[in-house]
Amino acid sequence: MDIMTDSAKNLHTEKMVINMGPSHPVTHGTVKFTVTLDGETIDDLKVDIGYLHRGFEKMCENGTWEQVMPYTDRLNYVSPLINNVGYALAVEKLFGLQAPERCQYIRVILSEMARICDHYTNIAAGAMEVGAMTVFLYFVEARDLLWDLLEEVCGARVTANYVRIGGLKNDLPEGFAAGVARAFKTCRELWVDVDKLLTKNRIFIDRMRDVGTMPAQEAIAHGFTGPCLRASGVPYDVRKAQPYLVYDRMDFEIPVGETGDNFDRYLVRMEEINQSMRIVEQALAKMPAGPINLDMPGMRWQSKDDTYSRIESLITHFKTITEGIKPPAGEIYSAVEGANGELGFYLVSDGSGKPVKCRVRPPCFPLTAAMPRMMRGRLIADIVPTFDMINMIGGECDR
Amino acid sequence: MTLDKLSRQFPRSVIETHAHRGDATAVVRKEDILAISKFLRDDPDLAYNFMMDLTAVDYMGKEPRFEVVYHLYSLSKNQRVRIKAQVSEADCAIDSIVSIWVAADWFEREVFDLYGIVFKGHPNLKRILLYEGFEGHPLRKDYPVKKRQPLIGPLN
Repeated sequence: MDIMTDSAKNLHTEKMVINMGPSHPVTHGTVKFTVTLDGETIDDLKVDIGYLHRGFEKMCENGTWEQVMPYTDRLNYVSPLINNVGYALAVEKLFGLQAPERCQYIRVILSEMARICDHYTNIAAGAMEVGAMTVFLYFVEARDLLWDLLEEVCGARVTANYVRIGGLKNDLPEGFAAGVARAFKTCRELWVDVDKLLTKNRIFIDRMRDVGTMPAQEAIAHGFTGPCLRASGVPYDVRKAQPYLVYDRMDFEIPVGETGDNFDRYLVRMEEINQSMRIVEQALAKMPAGPINLDMPGMRWQSKDDTYSRIESLITHFKTITEGIKPPAGEIYSAVEGANGELGFYLVSDGSGKPVKCRVRPPCFPLTAAMPRMMRGRLIADIVPTFDMINMIGGECDR
Repeated sequence: MTLDKLSRQFPRSVIETHAHRGDATAVVRKEDILAISKFLRDDPDLAYNFMMDLTAVDYMGKEPRFEVVYHLYSLSKNQRVRIKAQVSEADCAIDSIVSIWVAADWFEREVFDLYGIVFKGHPNLKRILLYEGFEGHPLRKDYPVKKRQPLIGPLN
């Protein structure tokens, strides 16, 4: 025994640098880790992002305000509807207007469904990468049920492009509420199955518990928001702190963790799925009838009927398409609670049809930046669950 | 509240304030950005513990040309403030605030990458979204949309 400890102590080891990614099953979203290893222990970790950079802001500055909407789908492509809503709210704030009440309810419903899908994907992929393949199949099935519903609403499963500045593309289809009730029943059964498979699973707990821990103060200093911040015990949620749309009329709770490790992040997301379902059901029950679009010719496109039958509407339509809608000059910052945290838009307008600046505050950007802090001194295998629970989304991080 | 307190504390650094659409905004002299940041974070009545966002805007044709924009959030007071510091093209640099909020690290690198504004005192000021060997700073308004890069090669 003594010989063994002696040799371990005197063993000459050299640090080894290995590359994980950019094309690696774990670095989904495309990111590269340059890991300096001492045996299996991480001595240092360098994160390289930017592989999905496509010049989001530059594209926005060269299009009209309305042409930005499809680009926002490709930010967090796991919950595109929240990005749509966030951008529409930001431009409406620039105008100083609010969408009609029914539209606000629909936006809440779809945002929460997008959040559920995002959490499903995150937990599914995270569990799969630590070996729980069944969980992946269950939650992807649940996600597919919701995607079917979203497809009925906006015609696309992933790139929604459904919300419009001052309104929506169309109203909810017939039988949507019944469809949601049916889908949620199956989703809840699948949630229970996943909960049974993971929450008390020894292997899962060993991989997640006390890994990637962030104490509350440090999480704040690193700019954490969303489930990762709440897992550290800080109950900050934009929906509660600065309610937008009709969230102040909804009854829901903000789950928080205690230690801020990966297991808490998992638990927070699991509970948020339930809370989001509650919001969807309340909103569907309370939703009033009425228009979904603002009736403002310079801002919201006129209906097809009007465009084809009234000369004024035809002219407005022509002008809004060619020149774009024109928000008054000014600057605003508007934040919504994205699936990963605070999704902020900082817009600057000079009163013309194109944005001077269209900045997105991507929630996973500061989270990914904290990877080295969370990984130093840990084992290389810990990168996998931590990176999963951070939920870095390349489209949003790299823009 | 924040703006009043800030103007009183730094009468010579605060150039202008406004609250367009309810967003409290202060334009400050860039030389004092570190002192102002520290004050905003540490003052018990303000306690801006979150550095939510950091970006820049290029107002080409105006002088000073750039504005570095900070969005701060105070968890205990549930308040936001926007601080803007003007940076001219000739002296395209400002102090880094990484020592105040760690979160600023990558955000400052991004602004350096896309606008070419140097953050003095940043621990690792390198390109982040683009690669070494990229020429120019694409979010400057005079960067052509269709410009090709040497490492990418011409259109074929």
